[in-house]
Amino acid sequence: MKKLACLLVILMVPGLAGAVDEDFGLMDVRTDLSDKASLQRGAKYFVNYCLGCHSLKYLRYQRLGQDLDLPDELVEKYLIWDDSKISSPMTNAMRPKDADNWLGGVPMDLTLAIRRHSGGGLRIGRGADWVYTYLNTFYRDDKTPTGVNNLVIPNASMPHVLWRLQGVPEPVYALAEGDRSAKQRKVIGVKMPEGGGALSQAEYQQMTRDIVNFLVYASEPIQSARKALGLPVLLFLVVFLAIIYLLKQEYWKDVH
Amino acid sequence: MSDDSKTRGLLGWIDARFPFTKLWEEHAAKYYAPKNFNFWYYFGSLAIFVLVLQVLTGIWLTMYYKPSAEHAFASVEYIMRDVQWGWLIRYLHSTGASAFFIVIYLHMFRGLLYGSYRKPRELLWLVGMMIYAILMAEAFFGYLLPWGQMSYWGAQVITSLFGAVPAIGEKLMIWIRGDYTISDVTLNRFFALHVAAMPLLIVLLVVVHLIALHEVGSNNPDGIDIKRHKDANDLPLDGIPFHPYYTVKDMVGVTVFLIVFALVVFYSPSMLGLFLEPENFEPANPLKTPEHIAPVWYFTPFYSILRCVPDKLWGVVALGASIFVLFLLPWLDRGKVRSVRYRGRGFKIALALFVIAVLVLGHLGAKPPTPGRNLVARICAVLYFGYFAFLWIYTFFDLEKTKLEPERVTTGSVKWIPKSIQWPRFGKTKREPERVSPK
Repeated sequence: MKKLACLLVILMVPGLAGAVDEDFGLMDVRTDLSDKASLQRGAKYFVNYCLGCHSLKYLRYQRLGQDLDLPDELVEKYLIWDDSKISSPMTNAMRPKDADNWLGGVPMDLTLAIRRHSGGGLRIGRGADWVYTYLNTFYRDDKTPTGVNNLVIPNASMPHVLWRLQGVPEPVYALAEGDRSAKQRKVIGVKMPEGGGALSQAEYQQMTRDIVNFLVYASEPIQSARKALGLPVLLFLVVFLAIIYLLKQEYWKDVH
Repeated sequence: MSDDSKTRGLLGWIDARFPFTKLWEEHAAKYYAPKNFNFWYYFGSLAIFVLVLQVLTGIWLTMYYKPSAEHAFASVEYIMRDVQWGWLIRYLHSTGASAFFIVIYLHMFRGLLYGSYRKPRELLWLVGMMIYAILMAEAFFGYLLPWGQMSYWGAQVITSLFGAVPAIGEKLMIWIRGDYTISDVTLNRFFALHVAAMPLLIVLLVVVHLIALHEVGSNNPDGIDIKRHKDANDLPLDGIPFHPYYTVKDMVGVTVFLIVFALVVFYSPSMLGLFLEPENFEPANPLKTPEHIAPVWYFTPFYSILRCVPDKLWGVVALGASIFVLFLLPWLDRGKVRSVRYRGRGFKIALALFVIAVLVLGHLGAKPPTPGRNLVARICAVLYFGYFAFLWIYTFFDLEKTKLEPERVTTGSVKWIPKSIQWPRFGKTKREPERVSPK
């Protein structure tokens, strides 16, 4: 029986088995959904820098305002730049055909980007780290049309939109063994020269953290409420279990 | 007509026209179940509980879901975001799907453990296996509905298996899809099958399953027949009425289940990417094949068996055989005793290996194949089928050394828990006087 019980435990947690980290070291973003100020800043940055190309088509402005403690008037004044209504989803005016012509592809909708890039098993929180690292690992590459490349998505078609703020980091190469030609060199990191952009490195990281925090919120607006509801439900069930267990013992006391 | 046993009032009026009291007594109040059910016997009632949960949440989801290639994905996000409590209904349904399989697998394992498929319960087992097969179809059809990348390509891969059938394969595949690839047409018919045809069949077969069970009576962890020892009223000495004893006990089981279930629904609804896969948060794209296509966890053992056979047709045959062989179990096992408690060492080792093989196959089926993994999968597939071959040889040629079965059922199924940590009895803990009274 003991053996079988052990097997049962194994059966219950199949996801824990063999979660091998296949990623290079993603940066740790540590998002915090209870930080409303960070979420509000993230929404502002997103509308300013991202929404021109990337839509959030499953999120409505009004919902965003309600969840982030922003009154409708403020949302209409500062976050809605086109003729969208407060109840409209956060889309942009770029037509897919134009996007394809200008950028070589339609920029993906980012509503579910975090959930899409979450890892299986214990790497389930990987999605936020993935986007954060992406925003922090652009580097100078004169061979690409955009003049930059990225560590997370090599040869990404997206330009470094935030370059005025961050500056353009230089690539850090692995120490080549044997062949020292540029072709063989592998980029293993990025290095930001001081004073390259309008923001310091810490400020830029805080800004990208805010954007990612906002995207984590947008991926599932209900998640904070969901976790909050869990506790009362579980408390009720535990109390109910105690009562029903005593009831069962009462009924069963004559069975031997 | 005037009889003391007749019911009166409204119930009497109904009973004169419909066998309400008769049914209630036959299936609950006077259905005598063995008194020694243990942990493993919770999963039958839990399966019914989850079925009801799935039907109810499914009905509500149907009110908002749009079964069209253009709107399906967005309508799921609409349910998650704009429909009041839609997120809860959807998470209950998606978690319920996985929970259904966990419960059913444990329920089936109980059957293997205690020989519940053995005579006279062969039909009961067959009906149960039919429910399982239809449940697999139900889950497969349902998984296409969110119209994510994994929904789409999973359905593409599984329907393409029908293309392996000789001669008519290609036509059969197109007939099933209603198109050359998975498309809007396929989504519509899968929706119809998922919300109407399959649930109706499942409910019908569950009723048949219960009628068959109540005809032959429940097995128990000792695998012995409680009807051999009856009292003066022709009632089994080791039996107790299902209601109230097991209704109240199963409510304890349901509550424990709900606690685990709520932990998943409220704190990890994607269950580490197992219940809701990350790839499925990307809308279906017929032009973009994902790098790695894997079915949801509950199909991965069978997917592994399919994949470890190098030839497509024989892979499909192996997949079909791995499910079909379970149907044959009542006729493969000819052992003298039913329960694992009294079976030979060989049986215990074989069953343990079988469980390990299924778990390893399930683990491998979710991963991209490599030569090393294929080798392990083949070994496990041999172990899987080997269990059934072994069981037949072991029992047909009478190689099993069984232990002596007890005359009456034994209680205290959790023998391996030391007495010191056994739960104290709550409530009135007075020592029962029956202990000292003469029998």
